[in-house]
Amino acid sequence: MDVSNTASTMNRRKFLKGTAVLGGSMVVGFNATGLLAAAADGTTATSSGFNPFVKIAADGIVTVVCKHFEMGQGTTTGLTTLVAEELDVAWDQVDVEFAPSHENYVNLAFGGQGTGGSTAIANSFMQYRQAGAAARDMLVRAAAAEWKVEAKEVALKDGMLTGSGKKASIGDFIEQAAKLEPLAEPPLKDAANFTLIGKNKLPRKDSVAKTTGKAMFAMDVKVPNMVYATILTSPRFGGVLKSFDIGDAAKVNGFVDAKALPNKAGVAVYAESTWASIKARRAITAEWDNAAADARGTAEMVSEYNEKLDADPVYDATGKGDLAETEATAKAAVKSVSADFHFPLLAHAPMEPVNCVIEPTEEGGIRVHDGCQFPMITHPTLAAITEIPPEKVEIVTYYAGGSFGRRANGNSDYHVQAVMAFLALGGKKAVKLVWTREDDLAGGYYRPMFAQRAHIGIGDDGKISAWGHRSVAQSIFKGGPMESMAVHNGVDHFSVEGIVDTPYQIPMSIGLTDYESPMPVLWWRSVGHSQSGYTMEVLMDMAAEAAGADPVEFRLAHLDESDDNQARFAGVLKLAAEKAGWDGKSAKGRGRGVAVHKSFGTYVAQVMDVSVNDKGAISIDKVTCAVDCGIAVNPDVVRAQMEGAIGYGLGAVMRNEITMKDGVVEQGNFPQYQPLRITDMPVVDVHIVPSDLAPSGVGEPGLPPAGPALANAIYAATGKRITKLPMANNGITFA
Amino acid sequence: MSMTIKINGESREVNADDDTPLLWVIRDELNLTGTKFGCGVASCGACTVHINGQPQRSCVTPISAVGDSEVTTIDVIDTPQAKAVQAAWQELDVVQCGYCQSGQIMSAIGLLSSNAKPNDEEIDSYMAGNACRCATYQRIRAAIHRASDLLEA
Repeated sequence: MDVSNTASTMNRRKFLKGTAVLGGSMVVGFNATGLLAAAADGTTATSSGFNPFVKIAADGIVTVVCKHFEMGQGTTTGLTTLVAEELDVAWDQVDVEFAPSHENYVNLAFGGQGTGGSTAIANSFMQYRQAGAAARDMLVRAAAAEWKVEAKEVALKDGMLTGSGKKASIGDFIEQAAKLEPLAEPPLKDAANFTLIGKNKLPRKDSVAKTTGKAMFAMDVKVPNMVYATILTSPRFGGVLKSFDIGDAAKVNGFVDAKALPNKAGVAVYAESTWASIKARRAITAEWDNAAADARGTAEMVSEYNEKLDADPVYDATGKGDLAETEATAKAAVKSVSADFHFPLLAHAPMEPVNCVIEPTEEGGIRVHDGCQFPMITHPTLAAITEIPPEKVEIVTYYAGGSFGRRANGNSDYHVQAVMAFLALGGKKAVKLVWTREDDLAGGYYRPMFAQRAHIGIGDDGKISAWGHRSVAQSIFKGGPMESMAVHNGVDHFSVEGIVDTPYQIPMSIGLTDYESPMPVLWWRSVGHSQSGYTMEVLMDMAAEAAGADPVEFRLAHLDESDDNQARFAGVLKLAAEKAGWDGKSAKGRGRGVAVHKSFGTYVAQVMDVSVNDKGAISIDKVTCAVDCGIAVNPDVVRAQMEGAIGYGLGAVMRNEITMKDGVVEQGNFPQYQPLRITDMPVVDVHIVPSDLAPSGVGEPGLPPAGPALANAIYAATGKRITKLPMANNGITFA
Repeated sequence: MSMTIKINGESREVNADDDTPLLWVIRDELNLTGTKFGCGVASCGACTVHINGQPQRSCVTPISAVGDSEVTTIDVIDTPQAKAVQAAWQELDVVQCGYCQSGQIMSAIGLLSSNAKPNDEEIDSYMAGNACRCATYQRIRAAIHRASDLLEA
């Protein structure tokens, strides 16, 4: 089986490969100090001191090396667009492959190699353009030298060099160009001259492979001498393996062995096929030491959250020490709003359950086959566990079947499990770890449970005069590798983001208390915004009602549009309202709700239209969405991310929650954790604000407004205000 | 035990217990990886294949039940409906992560094979068993309409 890590979808490249090898190739990239560098054929990340970002072969095919992984968000199309734009090559001439794990392929927003926080395009925007522009400049100079003309007399378009009456493919000049020094700062195009960036529409680079079954995911990897493994783990978080009995597992055809993981986190069940491993695992029983395990159920968790809401907050997120005073002021106002919010644990449930292959290499190292989101964590973590020098650890990255945050894990949890299984079996056989959907839903790393309480006072001017806010959450970042970036004065920023940094001009005081549990929690598409957007925008609707104001007008009244940030926030709100024909009214049996939120540098507003049928069930009919993400590199990808984030967010608020009884997760599989279905999906109409500002994220920002816009629409239609999620627990049914 | 199944136009000898789901025979033994594992309980549709031309969830189809039936997977399917669906999917850039799309496409081919001109309700009803966590549903609907138009043309 072909396990190449290329994301290629083009037959042309395969056809011309021989030519490419014969003719060598030119590579342009960056060295360890971030300077542009170029080299000829045979260059690798480690051999030459710099990492290729763009490779050009003699057949004129350009391969863009994608430092980010592709989980569907469109990076293989986006980074390719940036190079193709500056290099001036034809779209079907550009191929893409995933970068190896190497420290020079850092995410400039993180300082390490990884994808997340909706940063892929934002941090790559200049870098990939520079790489393309440097290659272009070198090719033009090489042609000029050969043709004995000035460089400015050579043109490059659609991969063809012309000048002095001559015409040649860029592939004809790679040898000469590779000998030139790249410019330190190659000239970049003015936005006005873009022919690809911002244009409609470039076909996605992964479309053909993903519609023909040919796209390779880690789940599809098979290497020689490989066994399949599933892991029997503690039903409670924090349980430690005491002993196990293989029962009738050995009678399962294809069963190989069962071993305790060296870290006592479970029993690895090895077999000659995935199915045999799944079946054998069912026959095995284990004893767990539950001394350190969490045996609380959801009901106990909720009451502990509520107790913490009632108690004085431990941390002061606004740093003014005036929460009690602000709450008192708010409550004393003639018009006021008070509400408690509750948000459940959520699983990411990507379509491809997590998995990876650990393979021993001839050099005494390991090769990891994975849809790898955080090489910066996975690489050193596996090197440390195996005591293999980092340079002998390789990571081969494949398409990832979704992530929504799950594959980015500060503990590299599933890779650690896989390498433990690999070591337990002796380290000579390749091991493919496979999680079932049951493993995925019970496997922890959930979006934390959140509780919020707000007291809001409205002043005589009809605007918010005081907003006292309490948040209770299990911290995602405390104890993790990025704690110092996220936690200040005890406040995990991600527990209060979207509230503490709201663009609204509101006198606000915010207190925070942590909840603690051995149950691991994780960022889930849009992290803290996944619930703060809901809290903020439902509260703004409640406050607008208390003030007797139109929800759109009320929001705009709390924004000062002489400030750029607030102007962009107001801009998407006004655009969504205009496109939806907002007039503040809802027809009988219908409801309209609005919400606006800023996250990851991007502004998104949505107007949601719902209708109620004769049985009282809600139908989500239409979402009008406005987004300002700076320059939209690929507008159609931006639209797709808005559609997808809206759907992902709606499904969660409608009916998803992970619950526990005596510490054991109650949701077994999709029937108990129903994903959004096509029958639930509204029409989504996306409008992108034209912009010449640097691009910001699009993978996550579409999500935060979706839930509250729906809640506000349901309120408009039914008078039912939903502050405890999921909505299904409030007697809401969906048509 | 050893048995012969008809898959993608060939007879293939496979070695599997009677209760082994067709999905795992297809993926692990025959190395046809276009068909995906998503849930194992016929709840997501990622494993959809055609058995005698009908979409079926291979994750709950025991190999012993396949018998003489003709199994077709995404890896080779090339009926007019398949070509139209794949072309429409590509034209509208339906895919995001792509993991569910083999199953979506196999179901969509089944739909258009039995109903050449489905409306939105018929599409939703037929496709409801195919989950997409990326929520590409709006484009799936549009692509099925487009494929229908392509077939008509």
